[in-house]
Amino acid sequence: MSLLEASIMRADASAKEQTLAQPGDPAYALEARNLSVFYGSFCAVRDVTLPVRKNMITALIGPSGCGKSTLLRSFNRMNDRVPGSRVEGGVFFHGQDLYAPNMDVVDVRRRIGMVFQKPNPFPKSIYENVAFGPRINGWHGSKSQMDELVEASLRRAALWDEVKDKLKQPGTALSGGQQQRLCIARAIAVQPEVILMDEPCSALDPVATLKIEELMQTLKQDYTIVIVTHNMQQAARVSDYTAMMMMRPDRAGEMIEMDETKTIFSRPRDKRTEDYVSGRFG
Amino acid sequence: MAAEQSVKRDILSQDLEFRPSPQARRLRSFIFLILSNLAVIIALGTLIILIADVLISGTPWLNLDFLTRADSRFPNRAGIQVALVGTLYMMALTIVIALPLGVMSAIYLEEYAGKDWTTQLIEVNINNLAAVPSVIYGLLGLQLFVRWLGMGRSILAGALTMALVVLPIIIVASREAIRAVPQSFREASLALGATRWQTIWNHVLPYALPGILTGNILAASRAIGETAPLITIGALTFVPFLPRDILDRFTVLPILIFNWTSKPQREFHDIAAAGIIVLLGTLLLLNAVAVLLRAKLQKRY
Repeated sequence: MSLLEASIMRADASAKEQTLAQPGDPAYALEARNLSVFYGSFCAVRDVTLPVRKNMITALIGPSGCGKSTLLRSFNRMNDRVPGSRVEGGVFFHGQDLYAPNMDVVDVRRRIGMVFQKPNPFPKSIYENVAFGPRINGWHGSKSQMDELVEASLRRAALWDEVKDKLKQPGTALSGGQQQRLCIARAIAVQPEVILMDEPCSALDPVATLKIEELMQTLKQDYTIVIVTHNMQQAARVSDYTAMMMMRPDRAGEMIEMDETKTIFSRPRDKRTEDYVSGRFG
Repeated sequence: MAAEQSVKRDILSQDLEFRPSPQARRLRSFIFLILSNLAVIIALGTLIILIADVLISGTPWLNLDFLTRADSRFPNRAGIQVALVGTLYMMALTIVIALPLGVMSAIYLEEYAGKDWTTQLIEVNINNLAAVPSVIYGLLGLQLFVRWLGMGRSILAGALTMALVVLPIIIVASREAIRAVPQSFREASLALGATRWQTIWNHVLPYALPGILTGNILAASRAIGETAPLITIGALTFVPFLPRDILDRFTVLPILIFNWTSKPQREFHDIAAAGIIVLLGTLLLLNAVAVLLRAKLQKRY
């Protein structure tokens, strides 16, 4: 009886969740609706509906090959670069479908920034790395305004104090963790609303990882963050919401469940999520 | 545990009998070493003999007069000035024409074209064009530039023809240089809201530049040495005057050398050797520039 009650309550809770997930809810920065991603005839992600809450950190977790990165890269249309890729369903941003035919992909990517798995600063000076984005997006600030923007971006990325005396040095000469924070500063400089992070710490040592995680907590005051991570502890530590993904038998990735991170890690609805977050596989 | 191990006895748990026969194996290595050394000696030896022969017969004729005099019917009055200027003119013009075309084609193929059958067709054709004998380009140039477009037997017609010859080389080299630029730079740039062209201009071309320049200089060296297409379009063998502009008739070093060697007088053979020294020197200089440019540009990144 109590089991039944519990399941009814849970159903209620999920029904409430459903009503919250109204299309275009201002609490959401980004929403995937029935999104499927194909590479040619291969379906990499099938029918994912995922609301991303504003000023929160949403983590995508799941075993290798489950389509986490593909899903993340569909949020700023980076998958467009793969020949033969296409999507069904949509990703909604300010009520507009990112995949609508008249959508300007360049503008999408300016407003939805990305930080990659391997730190990839340009082989230019630290200053130029940060200044590049505003410049190519047609920002006509004066030299001193640009200096100010570069400084503010580096400060927000918690890198300013370490590099303020060597802005002319190449960004590639920094340590891995510093390079990744430089990439975050570079992303911030074009004033995105959402920052997508594709396993941003997987190439970093634990100290640098901790720094990035702390940074994410301050960044979420101004930005919405979606992070793909293989590291369950990281998802548990940094994120507010967690989406669990798995690979179906036909190798397409699907979303198993999504909830507040503490729920996912303490009492997940799905047995597979429980097995995964408790380290029984994956 | 022990029982389990005895069950799992496979071939690796038996004593295998190896026959190392060290002498025979060492002998085979040694023979191969000798053979490959021999191959190098034959290849280099031929080159050394060739250069020595050219130097011995050509050096006595090599002086400033030789460089600054026009061709003549008398070997002791003949010089290479007209041909040297013609060669330099043609090489410069060839690169001016072929470099933008080649680099832009490479950019299109690497950065814009999809990977469908049309691209593959273009790719196969470019590789085939690189292998087409240059005399065929000469025939094309003769018909297209000299006759139809009415350029006559001019430097411009020669340079356009030569541009066709070296275009595949430039495209292939530029494509390789562009392909070597890491994808992560392109992604980083695009993720900031850069357009494709902004990405190419700011991040692909600068890093591909050393490779592209090397390819172009190699193409220029090829253009210097080519003779057949220019003979076909009628780059005259006896031109006693410097070209006034790019629509003037001209000749180039290889043609002059070829012309001298086919004369009966021994002195002409010797000044041909002197001409070869100048040609080789120019080639060597170009290649040195290529190496230096590459080293200098690569240090920046």
